[in-house]
Amino acid sequence: MAKAFPFSAIVGQDEMKMALLIAAVDQGVGGVMVFGDRGTGKSTAVRALAALLPPMSVVKDCRFNGDPKTHQDYCATTCEVRAAIENGATMEVVDAPVPVVDLPLGATEDRVVGALDLERALTQGEKAFEPGLLARAHRGFLYIDEVNLLEDHLVDLLLDVAASGENVVEREGLSVRHPAKFVLVGSGNPEEGELRPQLLDRFGLAVEVTTPKELETRVEVVKRRDAFERDPNGFLATWSQKESGEALRIRDARDRVQEVEVPDAVLNTVAKLCMTLGTDGLRGELTVIRAARALAALEGDVEVDEGHVRKVAAMALRHRLRRDPLDESGSTVRVQRAVEEVLGAEA
Amino acid sequence: MEILGTQAPDPAGLGPARDGGSEPAAPERVDPWTDAALVAALIAVDPAGLGGVCIKALPGPARDAWLGMLRDLLPQASPLRRVPLHVTDERLLGGLDLAATLHAGRPIAERGVLVEADGGVVVLAMAERLTPGFAAKVGLVIDQGAVRVERDGIAALTPTRFGVVALDESIGPDEAPPDALMDRLAFLMELEGLRQRDVGEALHDRDEVVAARERLAAVTIADEALEALCGAAVAMGVPSLRAPIFAVRVARAAAALDRRDTVEQDDLTLAARLVLAPRATRLPPPPPPPPEDEQEQEEEPPPPDDGEDERDQQDDEDKPLEDRIVDAAQAAIPANLLARLMAAAERRRRTGILGRSGEQRKALTRGRPIGSRRGDPRGGARLALIETLRAAAPWQPLRRAEVALWTDAGRSPPRVLVRKDDFRVTRFKKRSQATIIFVVDASGSSAIARLGEAKGAVELLLADCYARRDQVALIAFRGKGAETLLPPTRSLARAKKRLAGFPGGGGTPLAAGIEAAHMMAEVARTRGETPSVVILTDGRANVTLEGIGGRARAEEEAKAAAQALKAIGVATLLVDTSLRPAPKAQAMAEAMDATYMPLPRADARALSFAARDAARTAE
Repeated sequence: MAKAFPFSAIVGQDEMKMALLIAAVDQGVGGVMVFGDRGTGKSTAVRALAALLPPMSVVKDCRFNGDPKTHQDYCATTCEVRAAIENGATMEVVDAPVPVVDLPLGATEDRVVGALDLERALTQGEKAFEPGLLARAHRGFLYIDEVNLLEDHLVDLLLDVAASGENVVEREGLSVRHPAKFVLVGSGNPEEGELRPQLLDRFGLAVEVTTPKELETRVEVVKRRDAFERDPNGFLATWSQKESGEALRIRDARDRVQEVEVPDAVLNTVAKLCMTLGTDGLRGELTVIRAARALAALEGDVEVDEGHVRKVAAMALRHRLRRDPLDESGSTVRVQRAVEEVLGAEA
Repeated sequence: MEILGTQAPDPAGLGPARDGGSEPAAPERVDPWTDAALVAALIAVDPAGLGGVCIKALPGPARDAWLGMLRDLLPQASPLRRVPLHVTDERLLGGLDLAATLHAGRPIAERGVLVEADGGVVVLAMAERLTPGFAAKVGLVIDQGAVRVERDGIAALTPTRFGVVALDESIGPDEAPPDALMDRLAFLMELEGLRQRDVGEALHDRDEVVAARERLAAVTIADEALEALCGAAVAMGVPSLRAPIFAVRVARAAAALDRRDTVEQDDLTLAARLVLAPRATRLPPPPPPPPEDEQEQEEEPPPPDDGEDERDQQDDEDKPLEDRIVDAAQAAIPANLLARLMAAAERRRRTGILGRSGEQRKALTRGRPIGSRRGDPRGGARLALIETLRAAAPWQPLRRAEVALWTDAGRSPPRVLVRKDDFRVTRFKKRSQATIIFVVDASGSSAIARLGEAKGAVELLLADCYARRDQVALIAFRGKGAETLLPPTRSLARAKKRLAGFPGGGGTPLAAGIEAAHMMAEVARTRGETPSVVILTDGRANVTLEGIGGRARAEEEAKAAAQALKAIGVATLLVDTSLRPAPKAQAMAEAMDATYMPLPRADARALSFAARDAARTAE
């Protein structure tokens, strides 16, 4: 398997990188949907993110990425570790990398939700539960490339789990439920198929990437790609300092994000912004505020200001506009207009 | 380095010869077979790095010869695997090997074709019919350099790197391999029209390829050259960033093949010609003439004299590298650029219907499971494991006794004895896709007053279809015949755009409109969809099927067409667009057994309900 291209070496695509970093700082922001042209480094960026995430602590040997704090109450009823602890074993806690799990298009339902452990069923005649991708992605990221081509029944299933944070398996004589809270990251090319509105709604942030037009940027992309392919290890070494800087920034921001203040004035502005755009419900407002807070934490600020809101407004709101199927003016433009109306033109 | 433009003997056509004209670029076209032979050698040198080639050609001696050449150039150990169009995901990506699993009594993974092709080349037959989903799956594997299998209880990540030869056998402009696949292949090549006698020799042999492979890692490319390739891509309007990356790799492979350690200009022009030019979306802008030239030209406008040649070469030397590359590649830009671009746009418009037949065949494997039935788990059906074991369970004691008779005592029989009869496969329910065909009368009689309203009504219906995720198709008729504005698609924006841009006026070839709807409905039905037809007209037919005026004949034909539509039993709604409910439209509705609804009374909601009713009765 090829090594992952370093995140910090990705040229341009600032909005996409910002959205991914925000999701890494505050997983509660919700998923990230990346729409864009072919060959713009969508999946490269997502896969590169994994290397930057600070490790999380998990219950040792738990196959559901159990959180030590809630393991005994919430882990799957079939979790062997949970049963062992109930029988008097002590809980061991270890550090593990945050999972970034790929859901490939050809996946079958049994591998996504989990199913009967075939090996044990055939060799030992035992009925055991084999956790699927949803269990693996718990507390981490679930990435679906070309999400708009995913089969409908898998989409339904994801919608259900993403909404409830819990995976319930009732199949093949098994009855299992386990927590499955993950950041859904999708990417796709809208030319190849449209995304179901219900699924789009599950993503906290939506970004659009386009092929860079400036020659210098394009040359830089080609150069770095070429350098990486010729000498992956050397390239990674060159960028390792930047990478660890970025990782540190995420870690710091994570520690501080809950302390970042959101002044009332900013709350007001955000509310006004959402009213101007006529977004349904409060989810838009909440996402803008959470994303702005995460961004402030990333930038080392102690307080959210209008600048942060300005930067995250488009990604947090563009997919929430009430969709007038007959209005073709891009939602990005509509958000920008509203931002200018409420916050004034950018200085 | 040789000056580009000298007539040096150059069998490989690496440095295209220039003629003496003062036009910025008029290099000779390189013999297509020479290019084809070069492409084969380059792919053999770096199959995975270059992604591969898409060959547009019908099956024939030229294509076979090319494939044979590639086989001969690839090192003996490199696999060359052919993938049929309807390959299953199990065979493509890998999955559970059922026979081996049952035999061994533990899960055995099956390797997919993409894994088997590691280090070699995958040949995709009938690439123009591949679905976007297939392209996405293969693309994922190419990008990751590994197959990730999450199927049927098997989870594995197997590294594999291969080149792809996509055989594009499309004839008309309607078909083309999925863009997602083409974008990942360095070369787009045409062998069309090449006959047996055009087929030449290979330019390289296997030993040269092997030597080039060894050299490849050491080949360096100057920053300036890399920038020039990027610049050339921009000048030719190549949007994807993968193209310049491929161009760089091709230049490297070409240098290695030529036994050099540095990329030179010839390699760059070759890369531009083979990789960038076929993707060009515009002709490069002519470079502004250098200032000192202007003076000369003012005094003496272009009569090319004998000294021109030399000066041209001189210019060439002075020109930035990028321009020289662009010049060289220009001849390879397909001549019918505009027509191609339009065809591509047209295809994009239709992606909704491309490759549907492939999808349909998989109906056994997707949707919601609704129980199981006895059956063979081959051909794409999925084994229902529990049901299979359940079916086998009662027979176990009997079979064990039976097996004990003919196995030697030392060997223990398998734990579970499963026979073919026990196999159960899962049944899936797939929601039938509703396809609503709108037929809009855009003729003068109906149009002048009501076309706007009719369009408005269609838009409302479209919005409704969008909410229900139905497919919509648009047919308009006016003047001499009917035109399919939009084949079935889910894209509402497209439908709206096409409708808005359609002008009104002319006669009323109602029969042609109904016939077009009839045909489309039949096609939709063969795809397993549920069609329904919504016709907006005033019923005043006055143009016959032949496109000739004549009310009596036209009405007769319209009636016949209406009855034919009725005969296939498609739910139909006729919206009368005349100012007052017209008896003719009513009669037409009767003839086709359609729900009749006059537009004056058809407000948005009523229309929407009526269309939904029509769709529902169809299901």
